[in-house]
Amino acid sequence: MEQQFLIKNESLPQGALERKHRLETDPAARTSHMEYLPDMEQIDSNIRETVMEQVGGFDPGSYTVREVRAALDHERCSLEDFKALLSPAAEPFLEEMAQRARMETSRHFGNTVYLFTPLYIANYCENYCVYCGFNCYNHIKRMRLTLEQIEHEMQVIAQSGMEEILILTGESRARSDVEYIGEACRLARKYFRMVGLEIYPVNTEEYRYLHQCGADYVTVFQETYDPDKYETLHLQGRKRVWPYRFEAQERALRGGMRGVACSALLGLSDFRTDALASALHVYYLQRKYPQAELSLSCPRLRPILNNDKIGPQDVGERQLCQILCAYRIFLPYVGITVSSRESAAFRDGIVKIAATKVSAGVSTGIGDHESKYTGVAGDGEQGDEQFQINDGRSFSRMYRDMEQEGLQPVLNDYLYV
Amino acid sequence: MNTTDKLVIGGHEFQSRFILGSGKYSLKLIEAAVRDAGAEIITLALRRANTKQEESILDYIPQGVTLLPNTSGARNAQEAVRIARLARELGCGDFVKIEIMRDAKYLLPDNAETIKATETLAKEGFVVLPYMYPDLNVARDLVDAGAAAIMPLGAPIGSNKGLATKEFIQILIDEIDLPVIVDAGIGRPSQACEAMEMGAAAIMANTALATAGDLPLMAAAFRQAIEAGRKAYLSGLGRVLTRGASASDPLTGFLHD
Repeated sequence: MEQQFLIKNESLPQGALERKHRLETDPAARTSHMEYLPDMEQIDSNIRETVMEQVGGFDPGSYTVREVRAALDHERCSLEDFKALLSPAAEPFLEEMAQRARMETSRHFGNTVYLFTPLYIANYCENYCVYCGFNCYNHIKRMRLTLEQIEHEMQVIAQSGMEEILILTGESRARSDVEYIGEACRLARKYFRMVGLEIYPVNTEEYRYLHQCGADYVTVFQETYDPDKYETLHLQGRKRVWPYRFEAQERALRGGMRGVACSALLGLSDFRTDALASALHVYYLQRKYPQAELSLSCPRLRPILNNDKIGPQDVGERQLCQILCAYRIFLPYVGITVSSRESAAFRDGIVKIAATKVSAGVSTGIGDHESKYTGVAGDGEQGDEQFQINDGRSFSRMYRDMEQEGLQPVLNDYLYV
Repeated sequence: MNTTDKLVIGGHEFQSRFILGSGKYSLKLIEAAVRDAGAEIITLALRRANTKQEESILDYIPQGVTLLPNTSGARNAQEAVRIARLARELGCGDFVKIEIMRDAKYLLPDNAETIKATETLAKEGFVVLPYMYPDLNVARDLVDAGAAAIMPLGAPIGSNKGLATKEFIQILIDEIDLPVIVDAGIGRPSQACEAMEMGAAAIMANTALATAGDLPLMAAAFRQAIEAGRKAYLSGLGRVLTRGASASDPLTGFLHD
């Protein structure tokens, strides 16, 4: 069954309501999702083409038990092996895949698990992405933190002991411009050892500027690698331009960032194909930029404000586990992050198999860390959340839980040079 | 063990020929390395040590153990030099292991950049131990650049594959006058023993211990293997081992004049 993403917003003026409706129902009312806007940099790269060529020929249903068996018996996981491991035929081999994945994880990462926390500094958005709580037609409380408020949030988080922070914004260049994000990075460098960014894609020189401000890691989710499906979900705004988003990681690396992360949002389209594309995106980035630190995430759809029906569809926990094991076997050196979208039980289990990084003390809202961390209601306003989280454990609780799972929590493994 | 047989690096003397690497860290690992493997030198990844974390790695290091901060995370000579200077500022001493990797997948060292960093840091008074891919010409350049030892890799780091580069390490041992310390890839005590028999000055390992079922027991096994290999080397291996089999009766015994 197709997911019902669309939400009603009674408070919209008549004109806006009509425009929203037209975007949703009439493809002709939407701009081309394959055409760069005039200010969007076009780089010379064949990664997109190479990934999509592989993805185009992928038929998950065509693999058999025999190919899965062979994949697990091979010492090196080839691209074809990886495809077999992602296929439905591999589902009965989940335990064996987990054993193999665990071995690879321990060989490359030991028994460590990295902890970090996200900090949303603004939730204004100029895009209409139908599944996202921040979308411009969703009636939510919008907010952009001032630099003083950002610093206060960072102080509260740093006091908890956290050393790595991921700064996020909604995708509005107008309301959260590059300079504003750069200033947030400069502040973050005062309180944290490692600063990551998950913001709208920008041009190479803008990434260079943000790196100079202290950011070292850029995460951009492609949402879905199926451009036709993408077109039907991202109806308006700069984010609609699919190829520009695809090339964000490359621009970030060219701009001097040390690492980048990729992912699809699982549940939007065929999840096995999107998982293949995500991993191949990383695989080909590695071949072209061997010095880059690379990681994969694995977000599944979650309920949002004004639509609690949105969910991960056919991507159950077993399927998610299968994908993560396949990622680990194919790309043993790559970091894997599992966010608070997943339950505490799932995260406790998956860090022992494939994941290397988990978030803790998470809020996807704006300006609410003090109330969430200390229980004391802050005096400022708060902005609404991007999606509902599942695992609400605090930093100290997560640290303790990971130790109890026999893992060594690591707060920093980075040096800004 | 013969107490006059010491490992000398940059004028510093050590009894132990086991050095703990930095890949996978825990308090238990450091305890086992020092107590059971007898390590007197422990590598420290500065990027991991540079933390506010309550359990800082620096707190783990027992008294009397020499810290060997490494430059992991550096992608070129310039970054390695900056990390080394930062390590010295943080009170980690003058030893530094240079690790420069432009490759996040296999973590193979960049020999050319390593020579540059060695030269700069040696001039600044560091005791420089460069991690390198075993290439004789590079090793000679490192000697000229002021290295205190040479650290060729046995196999890709963390791979536990042993002495995949054995023939080339032997060439370095034969031709280079500095201590040659085999770093990376050693997965078993028998491989450590083999490297020591060949004439390696010391062994650096981490994953082999860190991933063992019984850490202290494996640490003790490494200690014994390294000592056994060293004794074999000092005693001079028999011809069977160095040259292959030879007949005990001379082949030329029939000759009469």
